[in-house]
Amino acid sequence: MATGIELEINGKGYLVNYPPDTPLLYVLRDELGLTGTKYGCGEGMCGACTVLIGGTARRSCQIPLGAALSKPITTIEGLEKNGVLDPVQQAFLDAGAFQCAYCTSGMIMSSVSLLEANPHPTTAQIVQSLQGNICRCGTYTRIIKAVQRAAETLKGRSK
Amino acid sequence: MRKAEETFLPEPERYEFRAMPMHQFALGRRDFFKIFGAGIAVFAVAKEVSAMQETAPGPHGFHNEELPEEIGAWLHIGEDGTVTGFAGKAEIGQNVRTSLAQTIADELGVAVASVRMVLADTALTPFDAGTFGSKTIATITPQLRRVAAAARDLLLEKAAREWNVPADRLVAGDGKVSDPATGKSLRYAQLAREAIGARKPPAEDPIKPASEWIVAGTPVPKVDAREFVTGGHRYSTDLRPEGMLYGKILRPPSFNATLISCDDSAAKAMKDVVLVRDGDFTGAAAPTVAAAEAALRSLQVKWKELPQISDQEIFSYLKKNAQPSKEARFRQAKGSVDGGLAEAAHKLDASYTVAYIAHAPLEPRAAVAQWTDGKLTVWMGTQRPFAVRDDLADIFHVSEKNVRVIVPDTGSAYGGKHTSDAGLEAARLAKAAGGRPVKLVWTREEEFTWAYFRPAGVIEVKSGIAADGKLTAWEFHNYHSGMSGIETPYVVANQVTEYHQVPLVLRSGSYRGLAATANHFARETHMDSLAGRASMDPLEFRLKNLAEPRMRAVLETGAKAFGWPRQKSAEGQGFGVAAGYEKGSYVATFAEILVDRKNNSVTVKKLLEVFECGAIVNPDGLRNQVVGAMIQGLGGALFESIQFENGRISNAHFASYRVPRFKDVPEIEAILLDRKDIPSAGAGETPIMAIAPAIGNAFSDATKIRLTKLPLRPELHLQG
Repeated sequence: MATGIELEINGKGYLVNYPPDTPLLYVLRDELGLTGTKYGCGEGMCGACTVLIGGTARRSCQIPLGAALSKPITTIEGLEKNGVLDPVQQAFLDAGAFQCAYCTSGMIMSSVSLLEANPHPTTAQIVQSLQGNICRCGTYTRIIKAVQRAAETLKGRSK
Repeated sequence: MRKAEETFLPEPERYEFRAMPMHQFALGRRDFFKIFGAGIAVFAVAKEVSAMQETAPGPHGFHNEELPEEIGAWLHIGEDGTVTGFAGKAEIGQNVRTSLAQTIADELGVAVASVRMVLADTALTPFDAGTFGSKTIATITPQLRRVAAAARDLLLEKAAREWNVPADRLVAGDGKVSDPATGKSLRYAQLAREAIGARKPPAEDPIKPASEWIVAGTPVPKVDAREFVTGGHRYSTDLRPEGMLYGKILRPPSFNATLISCDDSAAKAMKDVVLVRDGDFTGAAAPTVAAAEAALRSLQVKWKELPQISDQEIFSYLKKNAQPSKEARFRQAKGSVDGGLAEAAHKLDASYTVAYIAHAPLEPRAAVAQWTDGKLTVWMGTQRPFAVRDDLADIFHVSEKNVRVIVPDTGSAYGGKHTSDAGLEAARLAKAAGGRPVKLVWTREEEFTWAYFRPAGVIEVKSGIAADGKLTAWEFHNYHSGMSGIETPYVVANQVTEYHQVPLVLRSGSYRGLAATANHFARETHMDSLAGRASMDPLEFRLKNLAEPRMRAVLETGAKAFGWPRQKSAEGQGFGVAAGYEKGSYVATFAEILVDRKNNSVTVKKLLEVFECGAIVNPDGLRNQVVGAMIQGLGGALFESIQFENGRISNAHFASYRVPRFKDVPEIEAILLDRKDIPSAGAGETPIMAIAPAIGNAFSDATKIRLTKLPLRPELHLQG
């Protein structure tokens, strides 16, 4: 039943042998060791497992492997380039936008996706866009600041 | 087994502690140096300063094999100058890894970056009862300061001997000892290389006053923050030791269900599956989660279930089944409540309820267990690694020496990760797995069902005030929820407070703030009603009955910042205040809400909180904790409640158990009062406890409707 499935993750090709209905999350974490993507609920309700598929934020616990093979996948591990953090990662770091930080990977991936689609989001748009991500420690206000800070950085770069 | 000297009496609502093991730390110092090599090590004894230090073991080990009893913390300075602090506390998002490193850096005179903290590892760190009760800053910080001060003195003396000058003219700081007279200096690393003799405890308390702090008291960022934004940090759930199997446990369909029959022939026939059936316990371990799940699905199981209490009946059940008070501390009384009621101009009796709520840490309970040559190692997100170690040793009949529990920095806990369950389950599966490690990660549904809850409760209050608004009588009964924060901070000559135990209905236990949230909800709501009876402003009424200067200070500061008393500028607007103190810290919360009757909606527009916990160690970390507690508190205040019927949790998912999300967050202002003249207290809990009454009081201000149940669900009260 399991045939080889080709995935492109963080710019690298992988061949995995899992049934195509296996959620992407478990393949990332258990097979490929990309454990920066977190299990929070397995039901698409908390956002901890968010990755980019074709540049768009998706809940990897809800994406069957078979639906993930045609587009490039980016996980939290793929954002840092040559030792330099992505502006969104750097902004979370600078804003101290975490406590236990278990939600952080998902928050960052959702924010990257938002800023890709909308480089200058209003606060209301940030809130709307991140509504599916839970931070049980309650660092929401800092996360909003981090996204705003990242937007500023990106604005400076595109000039 | 040595007995811990500190007698610890847990609050009665820490139901999950029941039989709490209080064993003493039992690791030989030899092991410690095996791991860390030569250098200087300083040990602090829990209460009195009595640093003893040891140097490199050399081939002959130590000249003193006996550890001092009651070690609270220790510190090691390596030959490369690396400073390592050891404490038994766990990092669960409250940022102690940073604040403890700051403390050592401050006292020793080194950069924060050169201090590494080893936390919550039963083989390496001193015994610790657990990371709960807002105790880390209050108890571990002074101990680390003592060891750091003793280490600094040793380095000064070593340099003094080296240069043959008096030690008191030398200066320690910036990672070195310097002689201002000659300009010479030696790095700590150089000084740590050679042996130094044993040392007597310093006669005087070496702790630096907060007014002289340099590194402590400043906003140092989370020390290993980069690991968390890159996904590099490994939580327990992320560990993947070589050869690891994934575990799954067969859960009963309802609480107290018993297994009648189980045909496991299909599962036994599955390749690569380790099936364990041991009394009530049935679980499987396999190379993938899916395979372990398939094995459990293949079981033909019959259960016997029992009818049980539902959330509809819980409050009347709690009242009916209260037991006579077993312990003297459960009841406090002074004066005569009857007398006080007789002289009252206004009397008010009211009853309040609080629902069960869930911690819902985003990282669910998880553990990785491995047996090697009869020794067990468990990596687990827990707040009580030593209690878990003791439970594992008891259950598997091995010596505590042969069990090691390591706590990777954990994806939050909020008082919910005190029990051993996930570790015991993983270890049981691993015991059958032939030396292969087994990882068990609870699903969200398991987390919502098989963990434990903040207990539900009923609170009854009888009270009286004189015509001038002074309290004359106060009688306060808490059924089941607990006795933290039960004592009123207001001045009342005639009062009774009593906590009534009730046999558990759902598994219940500690939760951020314990019962202080419930007791403050009842008390501060009741105080608001009384202010109305006295026709007084709620703040003025509180201050009239309040002597405690620190609580007055947070209220007065908050009133000024919030602009209390505020004029209403919109229809449906309401303002509320609530305050209290607990665990050495003080809080006042002010809320603004907007009630929209047309759309049947209630919005919390603003929360302002003033918090004071003595001298602030890390203002950035503290602000994060306070704001986080305010936002988490919104959930329990407005909408969180566990629903249950016949032993099943009806809302064991994030889709049905609502927690605060981005849209729920109002404008937030947190004001931190820094009292450098008062020893630092913990801050993880108290900031949560006045949120609900402040919002409820604001709703009453807007609508004249008094809410007496948690969660408030204010929108349900607008009809009619």
